[in-house]
Amino acid sequence: MIALEKRPQPSQFWTFAAPIVAVILTMIFGAALFGLLGKPPIEALGKIFWEPLFGEFNFFYLPQLLIKGAPLVAIALGLSLGFKAGIWNIGAEGQYIIGALCGAGVALALYPMEARWLIFPAMLFAGAFGGFAWAMIPGVLRVKFGTNEILVSLMLVYVAEQLLASMALGLMKNPEGFGFPGSRNLSQYSSASSWIDQSNGMHWGVVIALIGVIFAYILFAKHILGFQIKLAGQAPRAAAFSGVSPARLILFCLGTSGALAGLAGLTEVAGPAGLVSIDFNVGYGFTAIIVAFLGRLHPVGILFAGALMALTYIGGDVAQSSLGLPKAAIQVFQGMLLFFLLGVDVLTNYRVRIKQGVVA
Amino acid sequence: MLRRTLLASAAATAMLGGVAMADGHEPTKVGFVFVGPVGDGGWTYEHNQGRLAVEEAFGDQVETVFVESVPEGPDAERVMTQMALEGADLIFTTSFGYMDPTINVAANFPDVRFEHATGYKQADNVSVYSARFYEGRAVQGHIAGQITESNIIGYIASFPIPEVIRGINSAYIHALEVNPDVEFKIIWAYTWFDPAKEAEAAAVLIEQGADVILQHTDSTAPQAAAQAAGNVYTFGQASDMSEFGPMPRVSSIIDDWAPYYIARTQAVMDGTWESTSTWDGIGAGMVGIGEISDAIPAEVKASAEAMVARLASGEYHAFTGPINKQDGSVWLAEGETASDYGDDGLAGMAFYVEGLTAEIPQ
Repeated sequence: MIALEKRPQPSQFWTFAAPIVAVILTMIFGAALFGLLGKPPIEALGKIFWEPLFGEFNFFYLPQLLIKGAPLVAIALGLSLGFKAGIWNIGAEGQYIIGALCGAGVALALYPMEARWLIFPAMLFAGAFGGFAWAMIPGVLRVKFGTNEILVSLMLVYVAEQLLASMALGLMKNPEGFGFPGSRNLSQYSSASSWIDQSNGMHWGVVIALIGVIFAYILFAKHILGFQIKLAGQAPRAAAFSGVSPARLILFCLGTSGALAGLAGLTEVAGPAGLVSIDFNVGYGFTAIIVAFLGRLHPVGILFAGALMALTYIGGDVAQSSLGLPKAAIQVFQGMLLFFLLGVDVLTNYRVRIKQGVVA
Repeated sequence: MLRRTLLASAAATAMLGGVAMADGHEPTKVGFVFVGPVGDGGWTYEHNQGRLAVEEAFGDQVETVFVESVPEGPDAERVMTQMALEGADLIFTTSFGYMDPTINVAANFPDVRFEHATGYKQADNVSVYSARFYEGRAVQGHIAGQITESNIIGYIASFPIPEVIRGINSAYIHALEVNPDVEFKIIWAYTWFDPAKEAEAAAVLIEQGADVILQHTDSTAPQAAAQAAGNVYTFGQASDMSEFGPMPRVSSIIDDWAPYYIARTQAVMDGTWESTSTWDGIGAGMVGIGEISDAIPAEVKASAEAMVARLASGEYHAFTGPINKQDGSVWLAEGETASDYGDDGLAGMAFYVEGLTAEIPQ
């Protein structure tokens, strides 16, 4: 019979191999799914993974990878801090929205937005602060009253969505927009735009995501705080004995992830999205959870995972329009990725043993 | 399985190549960007029917492509650019939120023609088109006001944009005309398509005593909720939704985009395409009223059909004065009809008419 045996230590090999095996399994089962739908499976995989990177129009798709991947990476980095320490911020989507609203609010309040040296830094600050403050709500509630940060942060997403709708319809509505909802288009004002080079997909969100990767890497490799975060996640009692303050850790992890999500929101609203609209948020805050785990909660891993996830979105749309694959098939394909990752992950902590049949 | 599909696709490619060669030039490529899934049974379903009609009408001369469930933002811009790069000659973008993305992408591809549904921004290569759904709403209000027994009509609204507000006003005016005691309860779902939210909204409205439910969202979830509740009437939205007839669905507003899509594709083929603004109603056939079922009294059905005929002929305008705004000020004087554009025009309508007690969300 086959039995699972817990490893004394998580396997080094499988920690790195699991995501790769999961991607390969996803490709195999995805190809089977596409085949069953009557589409050429190899061509479909090619459209998803090859076309955006090396196809005829990669000059357009490669910059798009930056645009789609940057918010995922920035948010996932923040989340990974908490996830390592056993602090579960599920509401990054809400922090993303509030960051965008605060940053856009600053720009719109200072309309006609002339002094870039003042306005753009103020927007960045407001965006980070907005996300930070929104994440502090579950943080403080958890520290003071022991509430569950998973539920509180998740519920606050819905509150943030209502605020977003209210802003797009009311306070931030474009006075020259013929009564239609949505703010002025920030990306059209040179002082407020987060674009650095639009044709190459470069905006400040990309820069922030890359700087974030470097900082997170140093934090975990060199800094005592990084060690404390890991310790708190793996051995909470040992962490407490060694003088780690759980309350401080909770506030740090939630605050940092909130600020990063807020920055991602601000750079998105002032660049690729351009304006505050009712459905500005498209789920980056939730997808980033998958990205964080797919990247093994490791900064460099998250960078690759974010790029891969962005690739499946962009390639998925290519496959839709060129092969007529339904959207749902692409979503199933993306879901498989997380499913197989979690499945293969069993091998990181467990060993498969084939035992001789035992006679009773 | 794998082998067979590969072979089939190879054969298909060879055939396509053959056609292109025999013909001498490539087929006209028409792209569609959809906000919901093509199987939503409502808005996107009807646009996709329009796409299929284009394929049917032109056969080998056209190739159509589409991407469904595209969020209204940077993703829409990417999908449109992708279609333009892949050689689309004409691209229909079928949701209000695609307006700015359409304008942006169109600026980068001056040789590609764009058609944006329900918006107001035009360019040399961007046309806008929409349908006068409010004419259909007038018929719905006319029927709803007469069949309600609780005098409470529920309305599942999507986003507070002029198109939706026009619909609410039109339905209310015509319900009030036949039933002075009628009251509207409005729930804003902030979505075009979300069966769970729509079902929940329907359940809340039914609980609050509504026995007729009008919807400006695209799924059939409200119909299912009404069916479960029993004696609640609904109307098909965007699509006929006849599978829920004769009860709860007693009639419907059907969007018929096929003639427009075929005409515009033809214009591209002939080289006569120009940037235009089209806003057609029942008369031109862009808005259809689905079969009024026998679940409602015969005299109500007859008067509703008479109203459809008057709207179609242009004899009657759905917004004919006297109509006051919610705050009591005069909008249309006796006999005056609403203009399409300008201050207080229909295109940018952002106010309720007198009698509605709710407020437009701000």
